[in-house]
Amino acid sequence: MFLSSLFERRRSLRDRGVLGMNQRNNAYIGRYNDRAKFPVVDNKVTSKKLAIEAGVAVPKLLHIIRTQYEIFALRPELEQLDEFVIKPAKGSGGKGILVITGREGNEWVKASGSRVTFDDIERHISNTLGGLYSLGGNSDIAMIEGLIKADPVFNRFSFEGVPDIRTIVFQGYPVMAMMRLATRSSDGKANLHQGAVGVGLDLATGKSLKAVQFDRQVNHHPDTGHSFADLSIPHWRRLLELSSACFDMTGLGYLGVDIVLDRIHGPLILELNARPGLAIQIANGQGLLPRLKTIEGLPKTHALATERVDYAQVTFSEHEPAWIPAQKSELETA
Amino acid sequence: MNSNKKQVLFVVMALVVLGLSVAIYKNVSLGFPFFPGESALIWDVEAKVTFKAEDGPAMVSLAMPEPGGHYSILDSTHATPGYGFRSVEHDGVERVEWTRRTASGQQNLYYKIKVQDSLPETAVSPGVGVSDDNERVAGATLYFPELEGAYRVAADNLIDTIRAQSSDDLSFASLLISSLNETKSRPNAAFLNDLLSSHNSVTRYTRVDLIMKLLQDAGLPVRKVRGVMLENSRRNQPLVDMVEVLTGKDWHMLNPQSGAEGMPKNFMPWQRGGVSLLDITGGHNSRITFSALSRSVPVSELAVTAARHSRAALVDFSLYSLPIEEQNAYRYILLVPIGTLIVVLMRILVGLKTSGTFMPVLISLAFLQTRLLPGVVIFVSIVSIGLWIRFVLSRLNLLLVARISSVVIVVIGIMAGMSVLSYKMGIQQSMSVTFFPMIILAWTIERMSILWEEEGPMDVLISGGGSLLVAVLSYVAMTNRFIEHLTFNFPELLLCVLGFTLLLGQYTGYRLLELRRFRPMVED
Repeated sequence: MFLSSLFERRRSLRDRGVLGMNQRNNAYIGRYNDRAKFPVVDNKVTSKKLAIEAGVAVPKLLHIIRTQYEIFALRPELEQLDEFVIKPAKGSGGKGILVITGREGNEWVKASGSRVTFDDIERHISNTLGGLYSLGGNSDIAMIEGLIKADPVFNRFSFEGVPDIRTIVFQGYPVMAMMRLATRSSDGKANLHQGAVGVGLDLATGKSLKAVQFDRQVNHHPDTGHSFADLSIPHWRRLLELSSACFDMTGLGYLGVDIVLDRIHGPLILELNARPGLAIQIANGQGLLPRLKTIEGLPKTHALATERVDYAQVTFSEHEPAWIPAQKSELETA
Repeated sequence: MNSNKKQVLFVVMALVVLGLSVAIYKNVSLGFPFFPGESALIWDVEAKVTFKAEDGPAMVSLAMPEPGGHYSILDSTHATPGYGFRSVEHDGVERVEWTRRTASGQQNLYYKIKVQDSLPETAVSPGVGVSDDNERVAGATLYFPELEGAYRVAADNLIDTIRAQSSDDLSFASLLISSLNETKSRPNAAFLNDLLSSHNSVTRYTRVDLIMKLLQDAGLPVRKVRGVMLENSRRNQPLVDMVEVLTGKDWHMLNPQSGAEGMPKNFMPWQRGGVSLLDITGGHNSRITFSALSRSVPVSELAVTAARHSRAALVDFSLYSLPIEEQNAYRYILLVPIGTLIVVLMRILVGLKTSGTFMPVLISLAFLQTRLLPGVVIFVSIVSIGLWIRFVLSRLNLLLVARISSVVIVVIGIMAGMSVLSYKMGIQQSMSVTFFPMIILAWTIERMSILWEEEGPMDVLISGGGSLLVAVLSYVAMTNRFIEHLTFNFPELLLCVLGFTLLLGQYTGYRLLELRRFRPMVED
């Protein structure tokens, strides 16, 4: 009885095209992601340099600190900055990120409102270099970035933290996207299994499809109370093109791209992930497999990011497409 | 992709067929039983003589186990490259001799005998009472240094007291031995126990010597019996001493620790009385240790197997040809693939999260030594205390290597504390805490505390519980008698396990827990 209901569920998940962990590892990450290219993505400094070379928009890189003695030389440079973020290159889970939002006399103001002196910053960087925040405990590199100021559009939907948009890019085609919004129960973190809200996004329009928290559908943000129904991502097209360009940049066939929307600079690549999770399927109420198979079934993939985004926006649209881009017709005739 | 799958399938088939056919060949042609039940127990007892040679001719002479007792010797082999070997009879005792013209440096000589547990009926009486007048003499001429002064008085007092409390010679001897343990109620015994401590200025006695001296003084003929405790997977153990007293016509064996009468069930006497066990000329620092290993051999084919074994021309597919020490190690090593198979099953088919991929296997290996329940209790308490300490440490802002080293030190402290505390409380099992791999424990603690900081206590509970569950499951699989029998007697079946693991590596279906995880997707 119990067993048959399990088989029943297995079949219906398969019908929905839900991608499981084994299949993701074996058939996608294992096959499309070259092991040798992983370090590029796992190290924020190298992936950032790659992005700058490729002309992909990223938060501004201000400094890289590789050795302890460089910290002293840093002082005059830092004195001129009021807002910046210090990150470990190989950090995980948001550990070791120091966000400075302002300046008061000789002291800097952290995002939480508390003050730090240059000595505190120096110690933080020193710890970072020593490997305090890298999971393997290996020595690390610290980088200083410009501060991201979240687009105020999302103020209604987010409790603390900067919301980000995760897109799964398969062989250069964006196949699924979701926005991750921090909540009080996720403690300001954008991690879905800790209680952040995942909002599935329509690839054609950037509008919300469905929102889930703890794998259950929600209609309103649990803290701000705002309805997710009218959530719509600005700069959507540009955001997708940016995600798609990350494939050309890294060569990774199965890639998770995390993007933030900056008030001034628009979409910026925050992080790349060579082993993106599967929760995006729950947020979208859709399995990834049919879309991945569609791309795999293409006789020839498109060379340009814009072409791939066009294809994805039309093919993977959830709502009826409101408009058909001009390039579309050209593509089909070609 | 398809050809890749076919390749794997082909390799898997080849492995399984090879493994199974070797196993079947061994079963049919060589008579290895598939089931542990249908067999007789035989013991491989290995004596290892080590000594330092003095750059000259060396001669080693080892007394053979005496006939009699309830163990019968089936076969003997020796492994000593470069040495001449012969067996001689000397004063009615059979001995084996190794000789070499020039030997230098550390020497290791192995002598292995196969013994079979004979009929239990004959085990009751050693049955050597009548024909050993010469040994009786040997027993009588045993010389021990005389007890003097206050010790003499204490010994006489103790002997008199015990004689009054006992009914015959045998009960006297047994009571005398056990009285030496009652140091609180018997001041004489406590006083005599002083003789055993090394700081005593008078001639040093071992406990066995003291007992024999007391019995001798009481007018009983005594002799020492040295033998091997046949316990499975015990390596490099020294000889165990027993005391025998002659009452009436029979020698009776007494345990010098407890005074218990009769030969212990798994005791194999090696040498009795004054015969020297090991003589070495041309060497020093000699040492003899024993290893024992039991294995099952089908009753009907015992003789056949033994015959085959001695014939070197026939290829022996088993690990039995290794020295017993190594065989004992392989008993555990061969179980590791079973543990890893469980890990693979749990992670790929079920989707359990564990902290550290193969950490559960190491933990379950430790459980094999501690037994399950004490093991789980020890594991949970070490990890929780360690986590707490780790939180204290994390406030100190230490770098990783220093932090883990501190955790290792703390873990060792916890282990020592647990051993002492529980020993005082009379719980013996927790002594085996030393079998836990402490470096692995320290890493587990470190990983869990990072998980705690990054993801919260819930995730720690999930991955900790997952690890423990997998460890318990692989413990259950490893202690299964049938599985243990198969892995040790048919190591070639590992090829089948390998094939199955390869097959699992190709599995792309859902994990069991994913069926629950993705439930919201099919319910609306």
